Amino acid sequence: MKAFGRVQDVLLDAFSFCRRIGGAPAAPGIVLVLLTGCFRTPPPADLRIINGPEPESLDPHQITGQADGRIALALFEGLTRYDPRTGQPVPGLAARWEVSTDGTVYTFHLRPEAAWSDGRPITTADVVWSWQRALAPATANEYAGALFPLRNARAFALGELDDFTRVGVRAVDARELQVELESPTPFFLDLLAYSPCTVVPRHVIEPIGDRWLHARPFAASGPYTLEFWRLNDRVRLRRNAFYWDAANVRCEVVDLLSCVSPNTALNLYESGAVDVVWDKELIPTHLLDELRRRADFHTYNFLGTYFIRCNVTKAPFNDPRVRRALALAVDKERLVRRITRGGERIAACLSPPGIMNGSVPYRPPAGLDHDPEAARRLLAEAGFPGGQGFPVVEYTYNTAPSHRNIALELRDMWQRELGLRLELRQLEWKTWLAAQSALDYDLIRSSWIGDYDDPNTFLDLFLSDNPNNRTGWRNGRYDALLREANAEPDAARRQERLAAAEHLLVAEALPVIPLYFYVGMACFDDARVHGIHLNLRGENPLWAIGKEAAPAPP
Amino acid sequence: MNLLLRRLVWMPPLLLVISLLAFCLVRLAPGGPFDRERKPASPEIERALQERYHLDEPWWRQYLRFLGGLARGDLGASLKYRSHTVTDIIRQGLPASLAIGGGAFLLALGLGVPAGFYSAVRRGRWEDFGVSFLILLAVCIPAFVVGPLLAMVFAVRLGWLPVGLWGSPLHAVLPVVSLGLYFAGRIARLTREGMFETAQQDFIRTARAKGLPETAVLVRHALPLALLPVASYSGPMLADLLTGSFVVENLFQIPGIGVFMVNSSLNRDYTMVVGLVLLYAGLLLGLNLLVDLLYGWLDPRTRHG
Amino acid sequence: MAEPALQPAGRPPRTPAGRAWRRFRRNRPASLGAVALVSLVALVALLPWLPLPEPDAMTELQFAAPRAGHWFGTDLLGRDLLARVLHGTRVSLLVGCVGAAVSLVIGVCWGLIAGYAGGRLDNLMMRVVDVLYALPSIIFVIVLMTALNGLLARWQNAGMDGDLAGTLQLTGMFAGLGAVSWLTMARIVRGQVLSLRRRPFVEASRVLGAGHAHVIFRHILPNVLGVVLVYLALTVPSVVLYESFLSYLGLGIQPPQASLGSLIAEGASQINPIRVYWWLLVFPAGTLVTTLLCLNFVADGLRDALDPKEA
Repeated sequence: MKAFGRVQDVLLDAFSFCRRIGGAPAAPGIVLVLLTGCFRTPPPADLRIINGPEPESLDPHQITGQADGRIALALFEGLTRYDPRTGQPVPGLAARWEVSTDGTVYTFHLRPEAAWSDGRPITTADVVWSWQRALAPATANEYAGALFPLRNARAFALGELDDFTRVGVRAVDARELQVELESPTPFFLDLLAYSPCTVVPRHVIEPIGDRWLHARPFAASGPYTLEFWRLNDRVRLRRNAFYWDAANVRCEVVDLLSCVSPNTALNLYESGAVDVVWDKELIPTHLLDELRRRADFHTYNFLGTYFIRCNVTKAPFNDPRVRRALALAVDKERLVRRITRGGERIAACLSPPGIMNGSVPYRPPAGLDHDPEAARRLLAEAGFPGGQGFPVVEYTYNTAPSHRNIALELRDMWQRELGLRLELRQLEWKTWLAAQSALDYDLIRSSWIGDYDDPNTFLDLFLSDNPNNRTGWRNGRYDALLREANAEPDAARRQERLAAAEHLLVAEALPVIPLYFYVGMACFDDARVHGIHLNLRGENPLWAIGKEAAPAPP
Repeated sequence: MNLLLRRLVWMPPLLLVISLLAFCLVRLAPGGPFDRERKPASPEIERALQERYHLDEPWWRQYLRFLGGLARGDLGASLKYRSHTVTDIIRQGLPASLAIGGGAFLLALGLGVPAGFYSAVRRGRWEDFGVSFLILLAVCIPAFVVGPLLAMVFAVRLGWLPVGLWGSPLHAVLPVVSLGLYFAGRIARLTREGMFETAQQDFIRTARAKGLPETAVLVRHALPLALLPVASYSGPMLADLLTGSFVVENLFQIPGIGVFMVNSSLNRDYTMVVGLVLLYAGLLLGLNLLVDLLYGWLDPRTRHG
Repeated sequence: MAEPALQPAGRPPRTPAGRAWRRFRRNRPASLGAVALVSLVALVALLPWLPLPEPDAMTELQFAAPRAGHWFGTDLLGRDLLARVLHGTRVSLLVGCVGAAVSLVIGVCWGLIAGYAGGRLDNLMMRVVDVLYALPSIIFVIVLMTALNGLLARWQNAGMDGDLAGTLQLTGMFAGLGAVSWLTMARIVRGQVLSLRRRPFVEASRVLGAGHAHVIFRHILPNVLGVVLVYLALTVPSVVLYESFLSYLGLGIQPPQASLGSLIAEGASQINPIRVYWWLLVFPAGTLVTTLLCLNFVADGLRDALDPKEA
């Protein structure tokens, strides 16, 4: 009890003290003093970028997110890398290559100066081992599909083939690598620049295992090496002195910050704490009209489409006329004008404009326009004149203000034009995914971001056996057209097949209703930050980005 | 001491029960840790992934595996942040959350107890109304409103404090204030009420009748007893605060564990959910024990006979 | 402090309830608050008959500042904010009441029994509270929602009315909210009871042979009432705000319905240095603050009116 008495005296003193100085303001001061212990302040970086959500991983064979991929590509490079201006593949770790006339055999020549950031040379054996790791079932690489064009790669990944020497990649010597494909793949070089195909350090991964990213010295094959990675804060990169093109890496230290709140991102940017915000999810939508007038705000087209999946296994959505009617009744212009507000272009097909078919631009087929009259006719033909007898439609979407607003607009449109009653069903992310996979929906909001610059990255989703199909739609003619297209070395004939397949998808059968193409958005001041070119791929290689004045063109 | 010992003995089995419940609950929710918008190229890969993290085993074996890891101090790898273990994530995030939560707790007590005490002492006068109004304002306006407003005024417009991120004591000011105010309001309400209750008790009248100075009577005799409800409330509150705040950490981009507390559930990051629940439960049980000891200290009559 | 009540003018009411009512009426903030609350409840109850636009009717007027016809302005979709705030108030009041009711019934009983019984039972009951408190409530709500949705789908197939189904969904959320709202109340009540049951007047009553029921209802319950009322008034805002958090995660109210909390969250999410649509924050937040202020004044008034020591 004595101790308590003393505490009471202290309290008494504290109380009279607080009263003398006017009460509570003392508290925050005390708090501050107590807090000073727990901080480590890293020195500032040359370039600070708000990159998006916290990376799930930086291991190229575990990565699934775009934001993660951007960092991984700064650490690890493949045989090719993306050109910062066009996003097209240009020589990376391979200085040059030859392609056989039938387009199925590639011979790559590695750069002799290619080295890991710990000084060891990078050889063709590293490439072969990296690809073996990427494909091995034990790695459980979700993006192993990027290497499936290699001969026998699919069989190896599925565990049907144990002998990796039968997969179409062979080190001829330390510098020369021979790659055999199943069929000519016009986007193969593009895939090689993509993170699942990059080269990772066997000499670190084998001895250390799962925690190899935490090992130091860090062995990077790309332009930067990993200095530290603090979760929900930042990934700090430092220039890799052993990178073959180190002279052209424009910054010494780069911070990639993770952030999920648009307002925080904007505050950080406006107060000068960061130089670049390049995740479109971090741009507050309601400010777009204001932001789009500013010189430091940039929008660009990239490979992404927003669409609705229809559950074709469920009546009445099993009737293509119903699905066409739904598509024809949507006023997509209104959606992009009122809700997305970023200058998005409306979509009548799945492949975004500007996507390439090999070396020539792909011309998508004309899809369905906004035509409520035709929609009503089709619906009547299907047996629901004026929407009579049509069951209540359930529209499922995952939680996000923009998805919700689009759902509300759609509800209005379909009610007004077709007399349908729409019920909204909002689900949190994982439940939404589960509903989609289980075909537990009528109509469900969806989207897709292209992995490489070719219509196939969108169209192969709806092959009968693609696990990402998730509509229940199976069409033998579509499968055949797409398979033929991908085996076709001639660009003109390939264009024809691809367009025929896509026509079937978006003008006749419509297991999906495309709404609009995404627009990428970024905030940065051209006058201070150079080398961000905002190409269709949305890939802005970090090595090309710098804050000093751009070197004059030769 | 008897109480202390008994409660400490109870703690491990309780933690086990909690972890088992959390373990089962999170597996009941639809979807799994590796469900994504983009499925792997083949179901084989999905299966390999499940196998790698032993998710293909029956649940009881998974739980035994978890217990085995726990015995070695290993909570397993996060299924969402696959390059990190759960222990890594807690070790990295806890300091920031502790700093902000601890700061907010001190702020809440530092502001709330005097404010509640003052308004109780001035009961019915205009000072009481003024202070009560401010207290109620603090109670009704959540951190997700206070935070952005403070950030806009003090960080963006005036430039006195950083907008967000973590690095110096200055970075903690806005998060601590936005988090602490709400709790300060609640503490103040409870203190005020506690003071009303105790001020009417006989021993206070006795003390006053003995001619002790009013302030001494109130602080020395009434306040400890008046803090009983505050103490009850403080245990869970401190456990909540120390494990971080989802809202505030997102608003100010603080690398704490509050964000993981919520997101691990949404991501179905099974190992992470169980690990964080264990951490939280440990704190909660410990703090509630402390509170119960504090009861005996504040009011000797509550001791178990 | 509280002045001993001198004989008030007029004839003093004879029953305790009458005396309490009289004291309550004399408390100006409390009676004003009560009037305001009652009118608000009446207003939201009469919503369908008020000349207001539908809360989810979209117009071309996006982000319009307050003006004639749209007294609270409009939002991104051109919906009338006044209508949305009133509908949101209805939802939030309901949510708050359910939370408070659960907190009152389960929380108070639980705490009372644990504190009064003491010893082993107390220990057991409080550990149950600890366990429930430690479990991740979000996962709990997700599981609950999914289970309810499954039931719902089955019932809908069996030809149940769609509106009833929507109500069920709401009930699920309430159950989730209720499940977490009573725990702290139980702790607080138990702490008070633990202290009260050792007070001289309680022990005296026991010695004189009073039964447990008598002691609990005559001596303990009236003395914890103050804390209970004050904490109850604090439960309402925390439940309302917790609902808005669930809505933010997609687990709360289903759009197009909105709650007051989610409207505030939406308004707060657009506070930024470039441009603020102030009405999106000020009106919903103002409504919530006013409502809760009234509620707390009423709680204070009730507390004073029912205080056994002032009778």
